[in-house]
Amino acid sequence: MSTPYAKLPRWADYGLIPIINLAVAFFVAGLVVMLVGENPLRAAEILVQGAFGNGQNIAYTLFYATNFIFTGLAVAVAFHCGLFNIGGEGQAYIAGLGVALVCLAFDSVLPWWATFPLAILASAAVGALWALIPAYLLAKRGSHIVITTIMFNFIAASAMVYLLVDVLKPAGSMAPQTRDFLPGAQLPKLGWLLEMFGMTVRSAPLNISFLLALVMAFLVWVLIWRTKLGYEMRTYGFSPKAARYAGISEARIIIITMMVSGALAGMMALNPIMGDQHRVQLDFVTGAGFVGIAVALMGRSHPAGIVPAAILFGVLYQGGAELAFDMPAISRDMIVIIQGLVILFAGALEHMFRPAIQTLFASVSPGSVGVTVVKGEGA
Amino acid sequence: MELIDVLVQLVGATIRVSVPLLLACLAGLFSERAGIFDIGLEGKMLAGAFAGASAAAVTGSAWIGLAAAILTAVCFGLVHGFASITHRGNQIVSGVAINFIAAGSTIILGQAWFQQGGRTPSLSGDARFQAITLPGADAVHDVPVIGPIYAEVISGHSLLVYVAFLMVPFTWWVLFRTRFGLRLRAVGENPAAVDTAGISVTWLRYRAVLCTGVLTGIAGAYLSVAQNAGFVKDMTAGKGFIALAALIFAKWKPVPAMFACLLFGFLEAASIRFQGMPWPFIGKVPVQLMQALPYILTVILLAGFIGKAIPPRAGGVPYVKER
Amino acid sequence: MAEAAIELIGINKSFGAVRANRDINLEIAPGTIHGIIGENGAGKSTLMSILYGFYQADSGEIRVGGKPTAIRTPNDAIAVGIGMVHQHFMLVENFSVLENIILGAEGEALLNTSISKARSELRRLEREYGLEVDPDAVIEELPVGLQQRVEILKALYRGAEILILDEPTGVLTPAEADHLFRILQQLKEQGKTVVLITHKLREIMAITDTVSVMRQGTMVATRKTNETTVEELAELMVGRRVLLRVEKGEAQPGGVKLSVKNLTVKDSRGVTMVDNVSFDVRAGEIVGIAGVAGNGQSELIEAIAGTRRAVSGTVTLDGQPIDVTGIADPGELRDRGLAHVPEDRHHVGLVLAFEENENSILGYHDKPEYLNGPFLNIEAIRNDAREKIQKYDIRPNDCRLKTANFSGGNQQKIVLAREIEQDPGVLIVGQPTRGVDVGAIEFIHKRLIAMRDQGKAVLLISVELDEIRSLSDCILVMFAGRVVGERGPDAGEGELGLLMAGVESKEAAE
Repeated sequence: MSTPYAKLPRWADYGLIPIINLAVAFFVAGLVVMLVGENPLRAAEILVQGAFGNGQNIAYTLFYATNFIFTGLAVAVAFHCGLFNIGGEGQAYIAGLGVALVCLAFDSVLPWWATFPLAILASAAVGALWALIPAYLLAKRGSHIVITTIMFNFIAASAMVYLLVDVLKPAGSMAPQTRDFLPGAQLPKLGWLLEMFGMTVRSAPLNISFLLALVMAFLVWVLIWRTKLGYEMRTYGFSPKAARYAGISEARIIIITMMVSGALAGMMALNPIMGDQHRVQLDFVTGAGFVGIAVALMGRSHPAGIVPAAILFGVLYQGGAELAFDMPAISRDMIVIIQGLVILFAGALEHMFRPAIQTLFASVSPGSVGVTVVKGEGA
Repeated sequence: MELIDVLVQLVGATIRVSVPLLLACLAGLFSERAGIFDIGLEGKMLAGAFAGASAAAVTGSAWIGLAAAILTAVCFGLVHGFASITHRGNQIVSGVAINFIAAGSTIILGQAWFQQGGRTPSLSGDARFQAITLPGADAVHDVPVIGPIYAEVISGHSLLVYVAFLMVPFTWWVLFRTRFGLRLRAVGENPAAVDTAGISVTWLRYRAVLCTGVLTGIAGAYLSVAQNAGFVKDMTAGKGFIALAALIFAKWKPVPAMFACLLFGFLEAASIRFQGMPWPFIGKVPVQLMQALPYILTVILLAGFIGKAIPPRAGGVPYVKER
Repeated sequence: MAEAAIELIGINKSFGAVRANRDINLEIAPGTIHGIIGENGAGKSTLMSILYGFYQADSGEIRVGGKPTAIRTPNDAIAVGIGMVHQHFMLVENFSVLENIILGAEGEALLNTSISKARSELRRLEREYGLEVDPDAVIEELPVGLQQRVEILKALYRGAEILILDEPTGVLTPAEADHLFRILQQLKEQGKTVVLITHKLREIMAITDTVSVMRQGTMVATRKTNETTVEELAELMVGRRVLLRVEKGEAQPGGVKLSVKNLTVKDSRGVTMVDNVSFDVRAGEIVGIAGVAGNGQSELIEAIAGTRRAVSGTVTLDGQPIDVTGIADPGELRDRGLAHVPEDRHHVGLVLAFEENENSILGYHDKPEYLNGPFLNIEAIRNDAREKIQKYDIRPNDCRLKTANFSGGNQQKIVLAREIEQDPGVLIVGQPTRGVDVGAIEFIHKRLIAMRDQGKAVLLISVELDEIRSLSDCILVMFAGRVVGERGPDAGEGELGLLMAGVESKEAAE
């Protein structure tokens, strides 16, 4: 194992390798498309067309991206602290309860701009509390956070089914969902933003939670790189020993990080509930919590990477829906495959191409790259 | 209905529901005992179920279906091995990826090949593993108590049910009575000890991953070619994760794994059987609580409140030769 | 003379830029106990790992019984009769003794027969060498001495004729060590060849027939044990290193700043690492703790600095107690003026993935001068880092560069600058110049002397004896967790070397 590793320039590390990984993921996805007898290039064309072809499509793309920004940020914050929060799905789902309670209580008495802040707080609080339990169990009892957050996804799903079927469903209704919200709990659309550019948006559900997501992306950047708390999270994430040396409490930092992560996942509930469906219904999260994993891995846990990654997945979701019209063999589930491939190549096989690229760099310009000793540690 | 009939039905249902859990749980046992965490059991089972149903539908042979299921799940297992053994990637991330790839590709391919909304064609006759009536089952059926138990609980399952339960002693035997099992357990505890004893850690772990693939393949085939007459999208419905929970619950041991799976299977069977019915002393229990119970119990176990589940010591950590 | 059991010719091995073994030649006579002695990091373990096939030599030849032999994997080594007892036991802790012994040498696919065969073979070995151990006991329930015996049995079960033991007494009590030596004698009488790797002179003198000394990756001498002396070996081991003597005046010790009383620390396995240690460090003096690595120095400073919990004892800082047995918080200790340069700068003292300026506040990140409320004051942090870079001549002069991209010496300067510039009353320094280039060594030494001259109390831990001797005003020697001697700054190298090797002398008795 004493192969000298050439140190790569920054642009290769943060640009080239992720792009190669992504390209391989899409290449394999293209093979799947070919396997079902369609032309992958044509599919890509329809996909992009479907995502950006007109104002409505763009609005839908950004609507989906909103969900993924929230969940991607949630996963990324935990990653920075060395934690794998696989429970974003459940945290977002259960946070729907918080949103529902606020909306049902205030939609008849308050205007949307008063209900919205309350709903933000409620969704964040419920999401954070749902993440608190696994965090506490890790910090105090050493329970594996991956397993507990998976279990909490299922528990959240059962709890929400129970609540929607037996508690929140209005009397006399058959559908397992809350009553429709009044305008006091309906978020304004953002269509005008696109219409300013002369596009027609019609009824696309893009709403101001998109702006909230962008604000959160900025705040996460501030948190991670500009606050003492973020500094402590990163220290613990890179080296728990250094954190101990620096006087950072392990239990405190785990619990706070997971609560922040849960709160971000929880806020995802605002977008579909208050911005689109105007009620809480079964399975409104539709896997966005898991997409967050792919988004965070692809965006290298940096908000500047997460937002474009979330938009890319928004493209896949929206474009995929259009694709299903034109190519009946391909449904929106194609996204799930791509998502899996991105997680595989940008995550688990992250370093597969690194040695080859390093060798390439070393042979092309041996003078420009320092040769360092790598001892099984990715510094 | 008589109490005995209710019980017999409940136990019969418990067995049928437990089988995929049990096979997946034993599959996970091989992998995790060798130090490879596998949260991709769900995906491998799903891929196996789809491949099994597809092959059985096309060829009309349940056996070819089974073989296809095993082959497919093994391939997915090898992907996990490639990422986590060869490239020392994050085993959790790899498992998540496999679950998604399986979930998406089964639907896409299913739709492309069969155009039935992600379903595979309904299987019948030889294309499906039929219930086996054990000798004498019909004869003793009317004997009180014993008759129904023999006829409904012990007899009348498909071949794979018996395979699943025979896998329990077999897994135990492999693990504790063979050279392979000894090495497998060792590599999950201390891979350096295996390495210095002159055994290849990589090859050993790959073999463990292969075993996991085979068993998840059988589990998938059971779902789509035996228990049901075809593949429906997302038909594993979290069973892979319940199996994972059962594995933790059983503290990575084969016989307790069987009891954990039967317990979780019973919870599911009972929640279906008694849906909406009041329980003695407790009153009406929400069916969702019953469904969530395996997960809640596992969390309580992980928190160390009922015993302590200590995973294999080298679990989740790629082996790097130390300097 | 009989053919050498093992002959190593021109062995070279590098790990990246580090040359662990350089051109090693070694001949080991059959039926003898051959000692290999050297300080930590001298390359002994690497050499033996090459012999055992765990690593591949970059160049060189191995001859076993006169025949050139390629040893590529441990399997090859086992096949030619080489067995190894590793420093960290290669045992599966929740397996039985029998299971551990047959692992990798099961013979058949089914365990039944191999287990019963192993059982009877074990009984034979027990009779022949006095190696008693309950075959059905589970490893983690056995004391360390017996675990080691299982390692020896493992090697013998595989038919080892040549047995390598890597630092075998490190984890043993003196009584267990004596027992081990009797076993090794017995093995020798049965015609086995034993290679004993150690840094303890006492063991070499007590048991070996021949001894080879390694220093900094080279083989410096081989002697017949009965023709050499402890003094000669100590000198060969430590070498006459060219050390830049630091100019320093007479120390002017003031009042006690740091006082350690009866401190006892155990490691995670419950082994006592620091055993009832007491000493004081005064203002304006450097107290150096000498000792071979692994004799409790690391645990001692970790306990004082609050990163490891002590079992018993008291530590006071400026007369106020530190809660060393409870929740001593390193952050709080920093506020009280105790700075700590940890031994392991890669994993503890620095976060290598951080930018330089981020590391220059590690541990002090809650100081008001670096913050604006809950936010980091990036401007202040970077300016502060730039100042330190100037003052400590840290290169390259770039506070935004990733810390991993600095050389060892510059990384160490980052840590020192951080800790010294906070103007602490007490500075604890672990291995300040490990892996540091010569130029930086001199700089670091001058800084430490300057600290002393400003009236600070400095506690220095180092495995470099010369460093201890040239910097300290008072030298404590630790061996097996105890302070076995206290000497003035002019103590002789040989005298300290003997203390470090655990050789008792009249004055050494505490």
